[in-house]
Amino acid sequence: MSIETNTTKSHGVNMSALGREQRSNVLADETICITTDNLNLYYGEKRALHDINLAIPEKKVSAFIGPSGCGKSTLLRCFNRMNDLVDGCRIEGGLHIDGNNIYDKKVDVSELRRRVGMVFQKPNPFPKSIYENVAYGLRLQGVKSRRVIDEVVEKSLRGAALWDEVKDRLHESSLGLSGGQQQRVVIARAIAIEPEVLLLDEPASALDPISTLKIEELINDLKDRYTIVIVTHNMQQAARVSDYTAFMYMGELIEFGDTDTIFTNPSKKQTEDYITGRYG
Amino acid sequence: MIKKWFKTGDPWIWLNAAAVSASLIIVIGLLLLIAVQGLSHFWPKAVMQAQYIQANATDSNPASIRIIGEIHNDEEVSIEQLKAVGINLETDKDTATRLLVKTGNRDVSGADFKWLLQTYLTEKEYPEDIIVLERREWGNFYGYLKTATDNGSVIAKGPTAWQELEKRLLRTEKLYQQIRDIEKGDIGSINYKMEKLRLAKRRLELDKEDTPVNLAKLTVKRIQLDKEYAVLEKNLAKLYSQFNQGSITAESMSGKVVKIPLAKIVRAYQPNALNFFEKIVLYAQKVGEFIFDDPREANTEGGIFPAIFGTVMMVLLMSVLVTPFGVIAAVYLREYAKQGAVTRIIRIAVNNLAGVPSIVYGVFGLGFFVYFLGGNIDQLFYTEALPSPTFGTPGILWSSLTLAILTVPVVIVATEEGLSRIPRSIREGSLALGATKAETLWRTILPMATPSMMTGMILAIARAAGEVAPLMLVGVVKLAPSLPLDANFPFFHLDRKFMHLGFHIYDVGFQSPNVEAARPLVYATAFLLIAVIVLLNLSAIYIRNRLREQYRSLES
Repeated sequence: MSIETNTTKSHGVNMSALGREQRSNVLADETICITTDNLNLYYGEKRALHDINLAIPEKKVSAFIGPSGCGKSTLLRCFNRMNDLVDGCRIEGGLHIDGNNIYDKKVDVSELRRRVGMVFQKPNPFPKSIYENVAYGLRLQGVKSRRVIDEVVEKSLRGAALWDEVKDRLHESSLGLSGGQQQRVVIARAIAIEPEVLLLDEPASALDPISTLKIEELINDLKDRYTIVIVTHNMQQAARVSDYTAFMYMGELIEFGDTDTIFTNPSKKQTEDYITGRYG
Repeated sequence: MIKKWFKTGDPWIWLNAAAVSASLIIVIGLLLLIAVQGLSHFWPKAVMQAQYIQANATDSNPASIRIIGEIHNDEEVSIEQLKAVGINLETDKDTATRLLVKTGNRDVSGADFKWLLQTYLTEKEYPEDIIVLERREWGNFYGYLKTATDNGSVIAKGPTAWQELEKRLLRTEKLYQQIRDIEKGDIGSINYKMEKLRLAKRRLELDKEDTPVNLAKLTVKRIQLDKEYAVLEKNLAKLYSQFNQGSITAESMSGKVVKIPLAKIVRAYQPNALNFFEKIVLYAQKVGEFIFDDPREANTEGGIFPAIFGTVMMVLLMSVLVTPFGVIAAVYLREYAKQGAVTRIIRIAVNNLAGVPSIVYGVFGLGFFVYFLGGNIDQLFYTEALPSPTFGTPGILWSSLTLAILTVPVVIVATEEGLSRIPRSIREGSLALGATKAETLWRTILPMATPSMMTGMILAIARAAGEVAPLMLVGVVKLAPSLPLDANFPFFHLDRKFMHLGFHIYDVGFQSPNVEAARPLVYATAFLLIAVIVLLNLSAIYIRNRLREQYRSLES
């Protein structure tokens, strides 16, 4: 299967043919999980995403970077159809996960969201105990067995590197935790239902540096098991945690490739300008 | 200088403080007035004996008469006014003091209260052996105890009679309780069953199933009940003969000796002989009677328990009806309905509903609930009782429903506010885990909105407990023979009429034959109404705060 790895449109910038070739080669070795096919998104009359063509590899970390309002969160929220909640939001083009069009009429949205987990910018634990937060997804699926839930809660909290910190206070309110801990509860809650894809929408932007570091380490641990897509403002973070990076600008995907190349040898001038801090 | 002072903002702070203080003073003053007026009524007052000089003495009108009674009030009247009615006081003052004295003995003298001029009141004293008898009929008796009799024969005279009276009164009170238990409890229950049997028979006739077999079954039951009734009646007759045995004779202030059966006496005491602690005990007894007993004497004496019970039950029933209704409406409006012109119009309508005068709701309740709904329910389910209505007449269910409609706007508004305060991120978090919208609502949003729903309910209770006007049309009565909750199946009798504290205030204050006696009761009832509302609210607030505790850090 041949994969388009770059925008089809030229933006009037000289591109390095060599760079493009290299990246294509690297990505070609990967199994692809999510593909978008000329994806356009409109908020009412306003077009927020322009012909996005993208292939996100399985069990790797892909990062979306770009200035504020460039559409990276919007794109991310297409992957689990969170944009459905926004009034007047309309989507054109194709978006496939594992080859299935997720915008098909027959798709069960809640089933899709179970398979594509999401963690938001601000920690949003429910006002329940830590245990109940992590068990939430299981209870939604009708799991009743206390033993099964106990096991999954422990496994997920271990997976989110939080078990040792909270194992003695599982039944206390999750709102008593620090921001970083809350964010890891939210991650544990997301991985408790064994999703295939994990979408992280600026997961560390509201946290202090130490919590950020922990979240980044966690992302590193998780990438063996999940396809992770992370949106971040912080370019260093993208460079540290991701295997692949997409740079977006004004609702367009400027370029997508493996992180090293994007950061050291971008093919587009806009990417270079952004990475070197000339704008954005 | 002044300009600078204005700039600092101090004047505004002073203005705000003044407004707050004024409101506080008004509220506290109101509460104090009601509390003092209402609660002091039960304090045993000293009973005075005095000679009252008659202004226009004639042969049939002696120069002075003896007065025995409690001083209740005093006021200043102008000399001119007195002159106009033929009383010439030799004084250089402009006004004279007039006392309101409760002399009781309505059966002897015709009126409970007398206005007396203080100047003419002489030889005031407070003899210790004056007795006060609170009676089931004719109000209080003031006077001197002469003898205690049993079955017509005198058993004690003078000072020993008092001890005999106290002892016998205790026994009579016990008998009275037994009689009441039988009459109200057992016989009441038999009457209730008899009525059910009558209706069952009528039902059979209507259904054309009045076969001899079916009728015989009913007859068997009826005979059984008749037997039970005969036994009770015999017991009752025995109790009554004991009950009516004792009596006393006492001398009233006019010197007339009257015979008073013990059965008619609720309580006897010698107010001038009581020490402080005995007075406190008596006070507690009287307050207890007021709160826990049934009313006597056209509501001017005795307790107001049925009114308290009716108020509380009606309000609770109303909250049970209004909360789910309001919450469901609010959830639809906020979560499901498409936000736009229509929802805006609905919101405006809901808010305006709260401003409709409450009597209008009463009229609506009478027309729609009582006549239309109740009438149709009777046609469908209670044909056997017709033409006398079961639900087609004012009752506690219709009252609660009417007030529920009256208060549903506050519940809707409060719940909507609570729903809109829940952060979007919580909804998204739940949806992102694969929950449907309904699951998100049910598992996360609604529990988080419960404090707001409780706030709505508290406001609804506060509004409903104070409403009287609509209730007069849809269920409240001056005197309800039985409570809406009793031991007869099905226990809750939602078709019954009930008593209400608010209406009781109106009734006692304005419809009472005995205005002077009723006035302190108006205050006492008002105080109790406020206490009931405060209690209802406090318990709701307590529950809400416990719920809120769970979501505390989320709201900050």
